[in-house]
Amino acid sequence: MDLCVKSALSVSLAEVLLLDLHSGIAAQTTKRPIVLWVELGSCTGDSISLDNSLSPNLKDLLHNVIDLRYHWLLMNVEGERALSVLRRTAQENSGEFILVVEGSVMLADGGTWDYAGYSDGALLTGVNLLHELASQAKHIVAIGTCASFGGPSATKPNPSHSVGVQAVLDRLVINTPGCPCHPDWFIGTLYHLINYGIPELDTYNRPKLFYGRLIHDQCQRRTYFEHGIFAQHPGEPWCMYAVGCRGPRTYADCPNREWNNTDNWPVGCNTPCIGCVEPGFPEVAMPFFQRYPDVKLPGFTTSMDTAALGIGVASLGGIGVHLGANVLSRRLRKNLVETTLPLNPPAPRSLAQQQSIQAPEETVRRHKKRPSRVRRSLRP
Amino acid sequence: METQVILPLTRIHQPLKLEIDFSDKTVKGCRSSGTLFRGFELMLEGRDPRDAAYLTQRICGICSTAHGIAATLAVEDACKIPLTPNAILLRNLIFGADVLQNHLRQFYQLCLPDYFISPALAPFAPRTTYDRRLSPSENARFVQNFWQGAEMSRLAHHLLAIYGGKAPHQHGIIVGGTSMPPDADRNNRFRGILQQILDFINNYMLPDVELLAKRYNDYFAIGRSTGNFISCGMFPQLDHATCHYPPGVWLNGALHPFDPALITEDISHSWFSGPTQAKPTSATSKPDKQKAGAYTWLKAPRYANLAVEMGPLGRQWISGEYRNGSSVMDRIVARVLETQKIATWMQEWLQQLVPGQMTYTPFEICATGTGIGLSEAMRGTLGHWVSIVDKKIAAYQIITPTAWLFSPPDAAGNRGPVDQSIVGTVVGDKQDYTEIGRIVRSYDPCFSCSAHLIESDGTVTQHRIC
Repeated sequence: MDLCVKSALSVSLAEVLLLDLHSGIAAQTTKRPIVLWVELGSCTGDSISLDNSLSPNLKDLLHNVIDLRYHWLLMNVEGERALSVLRRTAQENSGEFILVVEGSVMLADGGTWDYAGYSDGALLTGVNLLHELASQAKHIVAIGTCASFGGPSATKPNPSHSVGVQAVLDRLVINTPGCPCHPDWFIGTLYHLINYGIPELDTYNRPKLFYGRLIHDQCQRRTYFEHGIFAQHPGEPWCMYAVGCRGPRTYADCPNREWNNTDNWPVGCNTPCIGCVEPGFPEVAMPFFQRYPDVKLPGFTTSMDTAALGIGVASLGGIGVHLGANVLSRRLRKNLVETTLPLNPPAPRSLAQQQSIQAPEETVRRHKKRPSRVRRSLRP
Repeated sequence: METQVILPLTRIHQPLKLEIDFSDKTVKGCRSSGTLFRGFELMLEGRDPRDAAYLTQRICGICSTAHGIAATLAVEDACKIPLTPNAILLRNLIFGADVLQNHLRQFYQLCLPDYFISPALAPFAPRTTYDRRLSPSENARFVQNFWQGAEMSRLAHHLLAIYGGKAPHQHGIIVGGTSMPPDADRNNRFRGILQQILDFINNYMLPDVELLAKRYNDYFAIGRSTGNFISCGMFPQLDHATCHYPPGVWLNGALHPFDPALITEDISHSWFSGPTQAKPTSATSKPDKQKAGAYTWLKAPRYANLAVEMGPLGRQWISGEYRNGSSVMDRIVARVLETQKIATWMQEWLQQLVPGQMTYTPFEICATGTGIGLSEAMRGTLGHWVSIVDKKIAAYQIITPTAWLFSPPDAAGNRGPVDQSIVGTVVGDKQDYTEIGRIVRSYDPCFSCSAHLIESDGTVTQHRIC
């Protein structure tokens, strides 16, 4: 009897909870956060990338996740009517909406190289529109590298005097860089904002959830790097470090997430990662196909020669320490001394890789020479 | 006479500003203009020529691959780098996928909302309802296909990334060829997705445009341009000398061979200082926002001193497949027909790929050289001009389809094709300018591509097409 009551109670409680849960979900569905999307100095690539989202897809996103009130690539109305939708929504929902900015803030000639609208007989510059909306927004999210850091628009000599959104605002801007931004990075960040508040950010205000780990540490071709098997030109299926890969200093999850719902991403495509999520892109990444020059970052100094051969392993952190640790643990030495190829190459992910794992002759020869140099490096 | 200014004109990649002079309801004058200038050509000076293939893609997020193609062709032309058959095919496949993506998105997301009543949902609401002629069931069908079209353009970018690495701003097309050797695994997946897209085109997109053309039959007489067309060729054949879409020029009712030497640029109404008219290879001009009489960042490219139309209709006009007229509906129909045509070509190219054969030719960047890369982009003729000195880019110039189509009048007063199409239109909807929006969007404009600056003194004689 007692048991019966208990179970009846527990059932009804579960039902009540379930009801709450449902009404919570229902409430969330009906009250999606208002999002206003403005485009400044941009190529529209981030908008296209957003449309490329698989889960949620565009229809689901607009129906069930956000209430996207202004996006000039999608809306029906034109001109002053469009602009009034933007301004009215911002005023009526001051302090509640999420402002999304795509493209760089252009400052040349008082911002007149980028007009975002026309109303009351005057042209409105992108930078003025940004200031007007920013003061009313609850959160500001910069999508793409241009909005985050200036990006390609700010490439030297930066004729348009482009800067990122954060550079002109005194309040927090959450950066979701990428050229373009991966739709998962952006929508995932919005999801975090909506459901759990501001995500944990790195020093560049990027959500660590997506920009928390080095490409290099997650790369499928990391084994080739460790064993010194480098592509000599783009198009070879080996480590792309020698042809300019910026994976060792780029924080993103492309190797795991991959692009456009395929199994591909720039390194998977036999080309270097060009570090498109990093501040200073593309300036710091060019020439794109040139071997990374000696990197001098705080606590991080290496060059391809030291990294590949494991000799003269440098200072602190980064690749230096990693290789140093490997050399000390004799993993690298064992592989290079006792074999000519990696003992346990990663399982092939496609037929192309399976074929390519048979290394070309010169790679084998190169490895046979290497042990003595490694041994030399281990001498005190 | 009253003048209305429309900015932003929505459902266009980056905004377009239109200034329209009305006499009652009739358009008497029209000045379209670009309002964004980033100066990419200046950024390219002093760079490694190989970087142009990736950097110039950043000009435009919707037609990035077209810039990648033109940039690689220009550098390969300058340094005489040959391409393998596999590289030609893979470039066609990667580029073809981006064209499918563009046309599907343009037709369903950007163009159709002018003709059906959009879903009752922001950002489509507030909705425009002027001159909608579809029955409720037909409208419901368009709404359904509107969302399905979005899925299909996503799939087209999926297709692109199979060999291109990612999209937008793909990685696969590089100077020297393409980066991924074909194999049965990728070809198999490529074929499957391509088939899905082709099925959608045949079963939905073609019937949709048929219905649209039937309901809006009068638009075969609205928005006519100059009737002159140009195409610089698109999708090379395996010989890399001829193209699937042939180059050519249609002037005053006759077909002529395409000669890039006849291209000039006029800056009489553009925010640039320098000689009023010059060849792309010899012009020197600097941004001058204060110039009197200027109102746009666009220059006015002309072919044999004439304003010419281009894009899917231009390509099919030159190839002789579609020569009905130069109206709003002709442009839309030609774009849909082209979508089907390219998808069908892609099936053939896929069959011709040879696994195991090279896709990339190793090369050394030449010390000096000049080159032209010409290819049709989604919306028309795109040209990249490069001059290399000491293995670095000394000068770089880009002429985009947007510059041709939305150009201001030249010194002789000839209007650009879009302005020409709008002048004379009777506008019934002066709140949302529905008629004008329909005309402008039939061109599939992209104003990210409008920025342009020329600064060069090189001379170029040869060029590499498609």
